[in-house]
Amino acid sequence: MAILEVLRYPDARLKQVSSAVVEFDERLHRFAADLEATMRASPGCVGLAAPQVNYFQRIALVDVSAKPKLPHNGRMLLINPVILEQHGAVVGREGCLSVPDFTGNVLRAERIVVRSHDLDGAPHEYRCQGYEARAVLHELDHLDGLLFLDRVESPRQDLFRRKNYK
Amino acid sequence: MKRWYMLTVVGADRPGIVARLSETLYHGGCNLGEASMARLGGNFSIMLMAQTDTDIEALRLLLAPLARELNLHVHLDRIEAQLHEHVEPNLRITVSGADRAGIVAEVTGALARAGFNILDLYSDVAGTAAKPIYVMIIDGFAPQGAEALEAALAPLRKTGVDLRLTPLDTLIG
Ligand SMILES: [Zn+2]
Repeated sequence: MAILEVLRYPDARLKQVSSAVVEFDERLHRFAADLEATMRASPGCVGLAAPQVNYFQRIALVDVSAKPKLPHNGRMLLINPVILEQHGAVVGREGCLSVPDFTGNVLRAERIVVRSHDLDGAPHEYRCQGYEARAVLHELDHLDGLLFLDRVESPRQDLFRRKNYK
Repeated sequence: MKRWYMLTVVGADRPGIVARLSETLYHGGCNLGEASMARLGGNFSIMLMAQTDTDIEALRLLLAPLARELNLHVHLDRIEAQLHEHVEPNLRITVSGADRAGIVAEVTGALARAGFNILDLYSDVAGTAAKPIYVMIIDGFAPQGAEALEAALAPLRKTGVDLRLTPLDTLIG
C-alpha cells in the first residue's frame, strides 16, 4: 500500500473525464488499496476519487461511518458508478482535498440510489441520504472532471432563495 | 517589504465601482486578498485586503482621484494579516421575527456569553414598511457544540424571536 500524491486545483488533470474500468484485475485491487490508504491518511476526509490521485478510471471511495449519528452504508468502493435516482435538494458545506483552504455551499440531492461494481465486477445498489449522498455526488463529479467549485453558491444564496419563494 | 492594508470603501451604489477600484489598485502595484462586498440600504460597501510595498499615504494618494470622481469614502488601516487561516464554522444560527429594537444585541450578547465565535453574519430587514421582519444568519464556531447554546438562547425564544440552530459539518472529499 502506498499513500498517493493528491492533485491540487488548478491542475488541469482534475478536469479530465475518467474512463470506465474494464479489467477487474490485480492491478485494480492494488490501486483500490492505495486509494483507501490515501483517504485514511487525511483526517476528516470522507471520500476520494481516482482522478484526484492522477488515475483516470471511474473509481471512488466513500466512507462517512466515522461521523456520529448518520445513516450510512459503511465503506463503499464505487466502480463505474451510475446514479439511478435522485430526490430532493439540500444545501451543505463542502471542501475538497484537491482545493485546500476553501469551503462553500453546494446544492445536492437529498436521497440517491447509486449502482456500481465491486472489485470483482459484481454489481451493487446503494441507497444513500443526506451527508453520505452528498459525499457520493461530490466524488462522482470528480469522475466527470467537475469540482465543487463548479457548483458553489454564494454564502448568501440561502437567504436569496428564501426571499424569492415568498 | 510588502504590507497588508484593509480598505473600507463606502458610497452611493452605481455599476462599475468594483472594476474601477480593483483596476486602480492593480495599476498601483497592489495585490488583493480576501474581500467582501455588500449593498446595504442601497449603498455600496466593500472591505478588502490589499498588499503593497508603499506606505499608507501613498495608498491614499493612489485612491484619491477615484474617490473624488465616484464620491466614495475610503478608509485605510494598516493590518497584520495572514491568508490561508480560515476557521471552519460548526454551527449556523438563523434568527427571524418581527423587527424591533434590540434583537441583534440580545442574540449576539447571549451567543458571546456562551463562548460562541461569530465568523460570518448577514442580516436583512424584509417584510413591508408597515410590518418589517428581521432575518439574520450567523455562521460561527461553538466550542461546546449546539446543545450548550440551546440553553443560552432559550430565554430569547420566549420573547417571540425564532431561532434555528443547524450544525454544520463541512464535507471533505
Ligand atoms: Zn473533492
